[in-house]
Amino acid sequence: MLRIDALKEIYAELEDCVVVTIMGAVAAELQSIGHRPNFFYLQHAMGLASSLGLGIALSRPGLQVVVFDGDGSLLMNLGGLTTLGRYRPRNLVHVVFDNESLLSVGGFPTATSTGSDLAGIAAAAGVPRTRAVKALDEFSAAFSEALAADELTTIVAKVEAVGPKAFVTDLGLLENRFQFQRYLESVSAERA
Amino acid sequence: MPVSVDSSQIIFDALKKDCGVRLISALPETWLVHLIRMAEEDADVTLVRLAKEEEGVGISFGAHLAGVKSAMLMQNHGFLASINGIVSGAQLYRIPLLMLISYRGEFGERDPWQTEGGAVTEPLLEALRIPYLFLDDPEHVAQRIAKAQTLASSTNKPTALLLCRDLMWEEG
Repeated sequence: MLRIDALKEIYAELEDCVVVTIMGAVAAELQSIGHRPNFFYLQHAMGLASSLGLGIALSRPGLQVVVFDGDGSLLMNLGGLTTLGRYRPRNLVHVVFDNESLLSVGGFPTATSTGSDLAGIAAAAGVPRTRAVKALDEFSAAFSEALAADELTTIVAKVEAVGPKAFVTDLGLLENRFQFQRYLESVSAERA
Repeated sequence: MPVSVDSSQIIFDALKKDCGVRLISALPETWLVHLIRMAEEDADVTLVRLAKEEEGVGISFGAHLAGVKSAMLMQNHGFLASINGIVSGAQLYRIPLLMLISYRGEFGERDPWQTEGGAVTEPLLEALRIPYLFLDDPEHVAQRIAKAQTLASSTNKPTALLLCRDLMWEEG
């Protein structure tokens, strides 16, 4: 499965979600499909995308939050999984694209390439729903089910270690940050 | 344990009543025990117990974008453990953080293991250009916390308050 195909497969479902991604290929590929004001790309602070998503989810329980994480990033903040498992926000879907490598810095293999099982770690940390998927249709189904489940879910999707040619996009970091904040302000009236 | 309940209450009231803080992230440390309990027992405040302090940067980042005022409670060694998140998260993205840092290892410290962190806390805050004030007297706690929050908000950057022994510890 290619990560960009996975993103395309669920892109329509992201329209009403609050989306937080990690840096690198995920951010560039989602932008290449089409940026929306409800998408925020954390272009550094590796590991903290899931914590940032938790902060939004706890602050605004009426919003559906989706975090696109990666194996390298999640391995930097495994403790954060125990915090997710502790508070279990029902409005958070945590997707981990696991390409078993640190692709954007040269493709060095991560520990998932030698057997570390992120879905297993998430489950053991207390995340109530976890799924491990390898095929596009499995991913698409798991994502839709997670949105409908009303329960914290971590989906670990194995993807190929290929990405875009470039990671820098036209969208400025601060432009994205303030646009995203304005988006969250704008939905405050309708949703909690 | 002679951690000051009175000073902890003054800090908590300042955060909640004067500053409107509704989310507090924390990692336990001796001087913070009463503050964490107060946050836990208050129905208006969401307490997020962390595995490591750097998570708190992400949580406060998200809370800020979502319109909720937050504060972080940590030991100075937790501040050391948070620096990448502070620099490449909060500073890069202009996020106000209100950091309350217990200042272990300063004059009067008896625990040898706290002393190296104490020695580098202020130089690191200065190197990171994070404005900071000491909280060492109950009389100025509320005012200084409010001022730190105001500056964090107007700069869209982190500010820090160093919780000092004279405020937090009653044995002298």
